[in-house]
Amino acid sequence: MRLKTKLAGEIHRFRDLKDVMNKANEEKSGDILAGIAAETALQRIAAKEVLSNVLLSDLYNNPAVPYEDDEVTRLNIDGLNMTVYNQIKNWSVAELREWILSYGTSEEDIKRVSRGLTAEMVAAVCKIMSNLDLIYACNKIRISAHCNTTIGLRGTLSTRLQPNHPTDNVEGIIASALEGLSYGVGDALIGLNPVNDTADNIARCMDALSELKYKYEIPTQTCVLGHITSQIEAVNKGAATDCIFQSIAGSQKGNEAFGFNTEIIMEGWDLMKKVGHGTGPNVMYFETGQGSELSSDANYGADQVTMEARCYGYARNFQPFMVNTVVGFIGPEYLYDSRQVIRAGLEDHFMGKLTGIPMGCDCCYTNHMMADQNDIENLTTLLSAAGCNYVIGIPASDDVMLNYQTNSYHDANAVREVLNLRPIREFEIWCEKMGIMENGRLTKYAGDPTIFMGRGK
Amino acid sequence: MDQNQLEALIREVVAEVMGAKTGDVPAALVNDVGSTVKQAAAQSQTVIDDIPDDELVDICSHEVRQRILIAHPMDTEMMDRMRQMTNARIGAGRAGSRLNTVTMLTLRANHAQARDSVFSEVDQALLDEMNLFSVKTRCTDKNNYLTRPDMGRRLDDEGRAILEQKCKKHVQAQVYVSDGLSSKAVEANVRDILPAIMSGLESFGISTGTPFFVEYGRVGVMDEISELLDAEVTCVLLGERPGLSTAESMSAYLAYRATIGMPESRRTVVSNIHKDGINSVEAGAYVAEIIRIMLEKKASGVDLSL
Repeated sequence: MRLKTKLAGEIHRFRDLKDVMNKANEEKSGDILAGIAAETALQRIAAKEVLSNVLLSDLYNNPAVPYEDDEVTRLNIDGLNMTVYNQIKNWSVAELREWILSYGTSEEDIKRVSRGLTAEMVAAVCKIMSNLDLIYACNKIRISAHCNTTIGLRGTLSTRLQPNHPTDNVEGIIASALEGLSYGVGDALIGLNPVNDTADNIARCMDALSELKYKYEIPTQTCVLGHITSQIEAVNKGAATDCIFQSIAGSQKGNEAFGFNTEIIMEGWDLMKKVGHGTGPNVMYFETGQGSELSSDANYGADQVTMEARCYGYARNFQPFMVNTVVGFIGPEYLYDSRQVIRAGLEDHFMGKLTGIPMGCDCCYTNHMMADQNDIENLTTLLSAAGCNYVIGIPASDDVMLNYQTNSYHDANAVREVLNLRPIREFEIWCEKMGIMENGRLTKYAGDPTIFMGRGK
Repeated sequence: MDQNQLEALIREVVAEVMGAKTGDVPAALVNDVGSTVKQAAAQSQTVIDDIPDDELVDICSHEVRQRILIAHPMDTEMMDRMRQMTNARIGAGRAGSRLNTVTMLTLRANHAQARDSVFSEVDQALLDEMNLFSVKTRCTDKNNYLTRPDMGRRLDDEGRAILEQKCKKHVQAQVYVSDGLSSKAVEANVRDILPAIMSGLESFGISTGTPFFVEYGRVGVMDEISELLDAEVTCVLLGERPGLSTAESMSAYLAYRATIGMPESRRTVVSNIHKDGINSVEAGAYVAEIIRIMLEKKASGVDLSL
């Protein structure tokens, strides 16, 4: 393996493959905080040059966290299709990039090769892709999944309706949800982030959303995003939900910091198969975001793009219905400004899709980041052009519970019109039936949450 | 007829006059409601803004945020009730598939308030008035502070030397103030909360250290301060990351015998200190009471039940 290169007459040497991977990343404040980022702009490109010539087998043999120490690595390696891997193991990262981008490579080809890619290979090729490379490559790939409806079909852009409330007041939650539905939002999921993580409260919120779904016969999914153990307890008490949720990290240690392990995920998955309200087969919902491993001291000296790719390698074992990166939530010490957030959003979406999971994105920012509403509207438009499965929708972009900003109920409609995209078909038919949409556009009744009064079962 | 009904009526009239389609009434018109002054700017060469300041409509005000901008809700009464059930920005209405102008500008204004609060410095005159001298963490500026939490958890050498020299050591309670992520939170609350805590501690007969101000402070720097001054309980009053509803929220973090590297679970926190949350005088009394209990139980965080 070549670990050095000559650029403009200067020799750049790297310690090992991890050092190459780290320094080949686009600039991220989190990698600087971790003390592993490239020190100069030229060193960054030198690392990319070295990485482009690394073989996929080198990446297979050098996972970011050792196989013996980490169940995320083990699931990734053990779940690989060795026939596919053996066919591509002598490709360089540059060859993989050009193969993905090539006219001759179809969506089906990419999905097949995906089965032989480890997280480190996915991260490596991402690091030598430009932003438009990432968008172009993603647009080739659609990963769909089915719970009650099918998400991720070509020509659709879906939304997760996020009706959060600062005290989990059910009437307030439903008011927000009805307003969102009146905008044609919520075809991916009606999903609440609860304030109070007790099983009783989660059960109460699960039942409220489920009743809403049944009352108006909405073809969608519902979920309450508490901790997985609280959700399991709520479901065991008889609460109704279509999906089980958990935030995940790219190492076992990171997942332990989130308070779960694979056994608990399996328990939740099994529970959904047995008593979940969703048709399936896809009933799991995961969230990720660059930087979370470093924040729990669980990054093993690896950069945040590689650790993020490992989240996706982990997620695919559980055949999720949806996965999204909450890209701008973590703060400026990991993603400093809009440039870094937009890059991370495009990277995460690409890596998720190349891994074979149904990706969405929470295009968001906090108030201590160098980003504002304009920046996340840019990201939303770019990701929708790249064929992202879904984005978030909340009242006028202001999440009054999580105290950050994401897409408004309006945004997905505007993007759908600009890019000629539609909601999930069954949901669109429902919107037409309720008088909210006509020919893919909002009607004059849209945006009024009181149109539902006196209707439904 | 309440304000919302009045506004709905006016919107209806405007809509009819303009021949506008339902749902597409420009919200800009709504913002003129209540103003009696109309300018015929187009016909005039020199426009003099002679509107009295007290007639201006503040789009950041609670009243404007609560407005329902849907031209003709099918059920007005229900819409009003829904609006009261949540502080989420529902009833927003729309311009095509975009936000109304006033909604968009209010959102931007609230975000700007939050941003300004993160990036501004605490007013020196206030620190002088409160007799707070300043020390710094290892951060060199705001951007450095935002991207290097590790450096915001340690004092710089000068700061250590100043504390060594100016502060009373081995006290029962050391209280200090820090900017954290909101200078506005310090400016809004410190005048009330600090005297309230100090007089509360005095009435309990608890010995107190010399209060001071830490610039670019993360919560964790309290551990180094506790070790340096050998305080039994250390308490920092710190500006929290601003949300859109308030940029003035402060928290008090307290720990018994804090040490560098101790688990986060050993801290006790009183959060949401601002005029629409726990007001600062009340919070001050509560914090003093917590310090008294910590000294009695010799514990803090999860080890202490309050």
